[in-house]
Amino acid sequence: MLGIVSFWLALGVLGLSLGRERDGVRLLYPASAIASGLVAWIAGHALFLPPASLVLPLGLPGLPFHLRLDSLSAFFLFVLGLATTGVSLFATGYFRTGATASPGLTFLQYHVFIAAMALVMLADDAYLFMVAWETMAVSSYFLVTSDHRHEAIRGAGFLYLVVAHVGAITLLLCFGVLQGFAGSYAFDAVRGVAIPPVWASVAFALALAGFGAKAGFLPLHAWLPEAHPAAPSPVSALMSGVMLKTAIYGLLRVSLDLLHTPSVAWGVSALGIGLVTALFGVMFAAVQTDMKRLLAYSSIENIGIVLAGIGLAIVFHAYGMHALAALALLAALYHCLNHAIFKSLLFVSTGAVMHATAQRSLGRLGGLIHRMPWVAWTALVGTLSIAGLPPLNGFVSEWLLLQAFLLSPELPNSYLRMLVPVATAALVLAAAFAGYVMVKFFGVVFLGQPREPSLQDAHDADRWQRAGMLFLAAWCVVLGVLPVFALRALDTVTAFLLGTGLGDALSGDWLFVTPATAERASYSPMLFLAVIVGALAAVYLFVRVRYRMRTRRGAAWDCGFPAQTPRMQDTAEGFGQPIKQIFEPFFRIERSMPDPFDTAPRYWSRTEDRLWYGLYLPVGRAVRWLSALVARLQHGRIQWYLIYSFVTLLALLVLIRV
Amino acid sequence: MIVTAQAINFIAALLLLVAFAMLSQRRIRALVNLFAVQGVLLTASTLLTASGTGQTHLYYSAALTLILKVFVLPLILHRLVRRLQLTGDVEMLINTATTMLVGIVLVIVAFNLALPISEFAGTITRGTLGIALACVLLAFLMMITRRKAVAQVIGFLSMENGLFFAATSITYGMPMVVELGIGLDVLVGTFVFGVFFFRIRETFDSLDIHHLERLRER
Repeated sequence: MLGIVSFWLALGVLGLSLGRERDGVRLLYPASAIASGLVAWIAGHALFLPPASLVLPLGLPGLPFHLRLDSLSAFFLFVLGLATTGVSLFATGYFRTGATASPGLTFLQYHVFIAAMALVMLADDAYLFMVAWETMAVSSYFLVTSDHRHEAIRGAGFLYLVVAHVGAITLLLCFGVLQGFAGSYAFDAVRGVAIPPVWASVAFALALAGFGAKAGFLPLHAWLPEAHPAAPSPVSALMSGVMLKTAIYGLLRVSLDLLHTPSVAWGVSALGIGLVTALFGVMFAAVQTDMKRLLAYSSIENIGIVLAGIGLAIVFHAYGMHALAALALLAALYHCLNHAIFKSLLFVSTGAVMHATAQRSLGRLGGLIHRMPWVAWTALVGTLSIAGLPPLNGFVSEWLLLQAFLLSPELPNSYLRMLVPVATAALVLAAAFAGYVMVKFFGVVFLGQPREPSLQDAHDADRWQRAGMLFLAAWCVVLGVLPVFALRALDTVTAFLLGTGLGDALSGDWLFVTPATAERASYSPMLFLAVIVGALAAVYLFVRVRYRMRTRRGAAWDCGFPAQTPRMQDTAEGFGQPIKQIFEPFFRIERSMPDPFDTAPRYWSRTEDRLWYGLYLPVGRAVRWLSALVARLQHGRIQWYLIYSFVTLLALLVLIRV
Repeated sequence: MIVTAQAINFIAALLLLVAFAMLSQRRIRALVNLFAVQGVLLTASTLLTASGTGQTHLYYSAALTLILKVFVLPLILHRLVRRLQLTGDVEMLINTATTMLVGIVLVIVAFNLALPISEFAGTITRGTLGIALACVLLAFLMMITRRKAVAQVIGFLSMENGLFFAATSITYGMPMVVELGIGLDVLVGTFVFGVFFFRIRETFDSLDIHHLERLRER
């Protein structure tokens, strides 16, 4: 495993040495994809093996780097490996042209980023963890700003860097608390000590804030919809698909592995934040008009769902209901894996669309399914998965999570019993909205008629891009159709974290997923697939026999109205309008209505985040005000500086005297 | 023994006098000479302490003081003044009379501060701690009130003198390693300052430090 990490780094340096020779660098990406595949393969095996640890003779004197590969890190490395395999294949084609920075430099940053993420997951002491964590943040910052000639991208990168560092500081404090009780930075020592509940809660709150800044939990989400669209598409795919998962990994590592005495309050707070984040993300996704921003907000939603699952697992675990805790955690982990795959797929498909059309605004796309069938069909698989439709993978994890919620009336606390239906409703609402958002995404980009004449010359993805997208789409299908095998593998992680896995429930028939009992609920994706394929075949045969293929081709979506133009189609703006109207208080909307007598009427509206104005700008102003106060001390006169030290000296002397 | 203590007290008084003289001196060359005089007095007091207490390592530090602070540093400073053609008066920010008054207040404060510490010390020279502290504060005051960068360096060096005196008077000197280190630091510091002066003059055509205000961040 370590060999592959160093292989990545070596590959990165090799890429840098090739410098500006674009084709030379490009051919190194498939090699990196093979390495990623190996990582996934090894990690898949390591899931079932006992933890293996290693001490590297690197690092500070007396503070060597500890590495450890257990089921939890193996699972997340598996996620990393799968997603990067697809994305690196895609990147071979993507970085063919266009990218502004030196391709060798981008290549190096890309690999440092991947290697840092792998090291975060392998780290077994706080020191190496933070080093890898910061390397990850900084390398992704440079990737986000790789197109640094645009003012907006520099701004997005700066915001990302600020939030990442605020998060890193809270993480440092969290590890400081843990180290204070364990006396060592090694995670092994932390596992061994019992930390008093108050301090454990402090550590958990710090971890939630620190990892939340990276994962985009409310209210630390603001960087996400700015930074993800700014980055090149393969990088957005990695950031959204994998980097957010490192935060989930860290949260699980700290809350369930290192602290191992969870309380109900932690679970409830995580559950609440998760649900609010999910709803917030999906609502904002519904009103976006930029396709990458839409996907970024959708990432916020999915991370919220994962966090809600983790919160529920902690609640169950704290009450000693192990089977249910395992179910909720299993659902959250499975959703992590699924989200990594389908979100990577969707981001790379937007990359292919941007490559072909140089457009990212939904208002200027449309009808691309005719021009780019490969991209459209693979993206369709991704959208169906993310919308949570059977028989694809998104459905399985969301269904499992809902089952966990529906089983929670068994909770011993009556307040929680009353709150859980509300939480369930919120989760269902988020899932339904996700479907709505994805209909909008796919419909506006790929269906209908092209909204711009230039879209007629759009070209489909090249071989490498197709390979990457097909790889990811295939995994969407496999994980959707054969979930039992994946769940059995994941059960080792829940068994590692909670002490007990789901065990018996999964050992039954491979056709059916039965989280609790067969009488209560079970799901068989194979049957679903069979029914869908059967119905489709029946309809096809019926049409074929009845009408003998007498088909008539007309313009898309013209509904029988002959004089239709592309501008008369439903737009992204229009599609999101109902949400905008219903949830108006949540948005900060600026509109400009045209005058009735205007001969050239223009309408625009801008939807912004209330939290940006309510939280981020006031904090920013406060920081600026404070620094202006400090700046008053700096007037550049040496005499004054001397007087400062003089007065300080006198004051200290007097203090000693007293 | 008593004679030695008396002699050290006398030298301490002279040191204080020189410190005041430096505070009021307007000419750079005279300032450098006063600094050399301070070095001579320091050497004398260290030698007296060494002979009075039998601390042999104080002889070494006396020798070091003599070489460094009486010969080497004043020579470097004189050279510097000649090369930079700094003749004439040094402008002061506050007039001399006010500076002297502030200086007297500082001496009182220093004595007041030193009182409890010197009561604990068991050395024969313990009464001089107040003077040493006063020397440090007066040198600091000189750095604050001068406009020319060279005067500030002399103030800095004379502050170091005061600290050295404090160390010998309260604990019979610092360990040899520390003293050697400080001596070297002062020497190197002077060289660095010298280089800086030429750079500053090249940039601003003057050694007046208020030009440095332009360097701050807007």
